[in-house]
Amino acid sequence: MALLKETDFGTPAKQGAPVTLTIDGVEVTVPEGTSVMRAASEVDRPIPKLCATDSLDPWGSCRMCLVEIEGVKGTPASCTTPVRAGMVVTTQNDRLAKIRKGVMELYISDHPLDCLTCSANGDCELQDMAGAVGLRDVRYGMDNANHFEAESRKPVDTSNPYFQFDPAKCIVCSRCVRACEEVQGTFALTIDGRGFASMVSAGAEIDDFFSSECVSCGACVQACPTATLMEASVVEKGVPTRSVETTCAYCGVGCSFKAELQGDKVVRMVPQKSGGANEGHSCVKGRFAWGYATHKDRVTTPMVREAITDPWRAVSWDEAIGFAAERLKKIQAEHGQGAIGGITSSRCTNEEVYVVQKMIRAAFGNNNVDTCARVCHSPTGYGLKTTFGTSAGTQNFKSVEKADVILLIGANPTDGHPVFASRMKKRLREGAEIIVCDPRRIDLVKSPHIKASQHVQLRPGTNVAVMNALAHTIVTEGLVDEAFVAERCESADFERWRAFVAEDRNSPEALAERIGVAPETLRAAARLYATAGNGAIYYGLGVTEHSQGSTMVMAMANLAMATGNIGREGVGVNPLRGQNNVQGACDMGSFPHEFPGYRHVSDDATRALFENAWGRSLLSEPGLRIPNMLAAAIDGTYRGIFIQGEDIAQSDPNTVHVTAALAAMDCVVVQDLFLNETAGYAHVFLPGTSFLEKDGTFTNAERRINRVRPVMKEATGLSEWEAVSRLASAMGYDGMTYASAAEIMDEIAVLTPTFAGVSHARLDSGASLQWPVNDAAPDGTPTMHKNGFVRGKGRFMVTEYVATDERTNRHYPLILTTGRILSQYNVGAQTRRTENGRWHPEDILEIHPHDAEERGIGEGDMVSIGSRIGATALRATITDRVPQGVVYTTFHHPVSGANVITTEFSDWATNCPEYKVTAVQVTKSNQPSDWQERFHDVHERQFVVAAE
Amino acid sequence: MKRQDIIRMTNQIADFHRPYPEDEAVASVAQHIRDFWDPRMRADLAAQLAEDEAGFSPLALAGARRVIGEDMARA
Repeated sequence: MALLKETDFGTPAKQGAPVTLTIDGVEVTVPEGTSVMRAASEVDRPIPKLCATDSLDPWGSCRMCLVEIEGVKGTPASCTTPVRAGMVVTTQNDRLAKIRKGVMELYISDHPLDCLTCSANGDCELQDMAGAVGLRDVRYGMDNANHFEAESRKPVDTSNPYFQFDPAKCIVCSRCVRACEEVQGTFALTIDGRGFASMVSAGAEIDDFFSSECVSCGACVQACPTATLMEASVVEKGVPTRSVETTCAYCGVGCSFKAELQGDKVVRMVPQKSGGANEGHSCVKGRFAWGYATHKDRVTTPMVREAITDPWRAVSWDEAIGFAAERLKKIQAEHGQGAIGGITSSRCTNEEVYVVQKMIRAAFGNNNVDTCARVCHSPTGYGLKTTFGTSAGTQNFKSVEKADVILLIGANPTDGHPVFASRMKKRLREGAEIIVCDPRRIDLVKSPHIKASQHVQLRPGTNVAVMNALAHTIVTEGLVDEAFVAERCESADFERWRAFVAEDRNSPEALAERIGVAPETLRAAARLYATAGNGAIYYGLGVTEHSQGSTMVMAMANLAMATGNIGREGVGVNPLRGQNNVQGACDMGSFPHEFPGYRHVSDDATRALFENAWGRSLLSEPGLRIPNMLAAAIDGTYRGIFIQGEDIAQSDPNTVHVTAALAAMDCVVVQDLFLNETAGYAHVFLPGTSFLEKDGTFTNAERRINRVRPVMKEATGLSEWEAVSRLASAMGYDGMTYASAAEIMDEIAVLTPTFAGVSHARLDSGASLQWPVNDAAPDGTPTMHKNGFVRGKGRFMVTEYVATDERTNRHYPLILTTGRILSQYNVGAQTRRTENGRWHPEDILEIHPHDAEERGIGEGDMVSIGSRIGATALRATITDRVPQGVVYTTFHHPVSGANVITTEFSDWATNCPEYKVTAVQVTKSNQPSDWQERFHDVHERQFVVAAE
Repeated sequence: MKRQDIIRMTNQIADFHRPYPEDEAVASVAQHIRDFWDPRMRADLAAQLAEDEAGFSPLALAGARRVIGEDMARA
């Protein structure tokens, strides 16, 4: 439930031809297929209900919503009765009131009357409905068989850290079970028993909610009309009294939430139905894992130190900013203007990112700005811009509802993008098919009511070969959409590509051995994608984090163009962005070669535009990318860095190299919530703000610009953009004196054509805007490339498969690939500081039974994993989710040191690291690695703060 | 930058453009380096070419020579 409610229409909205009927004498016109219940609600004639809610299909079990319809016998349930033209409905009369009161009486006869001390008091639909039907007594008394007296009451299940289950309060409306099925798609819940013994159950009898298959998305809690399923925070603190609409700060889905508060203390986060990205759904991170914002580890005071071996010294903002500016200026005086730079964060708002890149370009006087997208989706930007003309995905999330076949490549949405995965699974249950290209058997290969039509279980590093094999099949079997290609694409490029992929060496038969997948599987996948109707490609970092990441993005774009799967709903090429504002950080000019809006720094007209606006001469040469900054630091030509909300000492490849580069610098400034691993090498720490304190916007993976609103004051006393502006001033640049974040967005809109129509005021008025928002598309662009590509004609690129330099051999016979898990998020800085740690307290290495047996490794054994770069130790689990020859782990815990072993190999176009392919050996071990022992020393040092 | 990194990165760029006609491929390799490599990286590349051209693929070498030549002409 949610205290501060959006209207619940009882059943989902429908699309269809208009139908006009009369309800209680009021004429109403609704789409065909709409329920009588919803139609009545739309003319302010809400009908009492218990088992109905508009996030779920109607169920018709509670018998509260009965109505009379002229010419129809009896009293049909309004939730399951669709409207008809000319229908005359009565929702209230004495007969209906008597029936409803009788039904309610039965419900209440088996419900504890402890309303005053109930956690749902004032926020209970059962209570509301009892009031609505005027129930004043229960003729049957409360002493008969029931579920709430001490002798019959089952214990409250408090196993889940975020919500509790109190069976005594359950009315068996099945809303929770249906929410788990219809909204989340996990099927963890069921109704156990029959008749009076019916009870909601989380799986088998031995299971409680924590041990069950429940993924803690919160959909059941949201759907429950009583206090049966209730947030632990509400049980503890009571119901909220006000709410603020804002946006989640975890993955790139960018879910809209209501932060429900008492004063400025968050009581719960409730997903917002009107949110375009999530439409009322959530996952365990966004819904529950927000406690890090007030965790005791938050550092809210600026700190400095002369050397990284010194203890930290808490100082004022002025002193910290002055200290940083003096050091950075000294470096430039001694080593040149290009000796410093910075990194923006995909965790921060568009406005915060914009000011950092502006500070670097205008105040530092160089283009040494990069962003964490460098290590995730930079190949997406390159590949889609080259082929389509713009660096972004083509669809909105809702588009998947019209897909007929989904080609999912190198992404694990049920873990990484769970709310979108639920949408995807819903479409699959409706009959769409899915092709999964992944070395691992992820949940979307096979899980309840989901079975992939094809699982292309490729060898890591052979993505491009797979795409070429699919393209070969499409071209040689006559499956190209010739009309689309002729009208929409560059013909010479297409013909060159067609000839290339048609070569025998690109056939599934020729490539099968290299890919490790049978040719008939590849051909079946190609035929299905090309012929099933709307074909939609969704992909993740399993595409981009390879030495051919950019090639692969272009190969997918080729496939979509060749089959005409671009430019309408249900199709497209869609990156699933890892972090909440990856898209926005890239849009805001975070790359060293591009100004905001993806315009190259060498373009004279664009540069003049920014020079005029910013009042500074700007460089026309690209700056350093993150790996280049680190290499230059080792060389001694790059000596100072400003790092906004990114923990490169944990997240970037080859940790030893990264930390050596950081240690070589004269001034490392970290702006973050916590003293992270990178802060162990910092001289200045500027405390950052959590998303609950920020004012600005995030742009999600569907280019949707969402407002982020502060629900509490900055714990640090200064917003991040103010701190950056003050640092720019201290560096001698006064062009960043903004009065508000809204003012920053106004500047962005003036200078960035795709954001021309965006403002905080417009977003606050309720507009949901997907860029480009300009004169041609004043209300935004949910689907890109509808009537032509942004670049004009689509460009096919030849995508020769080139094997990575990272090879297995007898010393390193296995391939390590890395990824994320549902409960944790990236480097874990936030989720490790919440109860989510209970699901994933440490990183685990997945190893195939055959590989484990060969090495004498048992379930849960500590193992050493070593590459040519380094070694670490962690615990192993034996599973055939990974194929023989491949091992897999996550990188959520710094002590695991997953990136101690990843290499510096990277994408040819963007330098995005090749995280997904590292040749390793795994052996049984009983001790931490040398790196882990050294890690403990540094880790301890970074938290030392000098006494006052 | 380390010698092996400069050579590897240049060769990787060339590998992508190799399927294209030679003139186009050389121009594309040069343009890519111009668009994405900071001047000090290009200076490292120039120093590497001056010292020893071993290790570069023919296309990488041709593209590198072109972009470095353009840089020298501008200087």
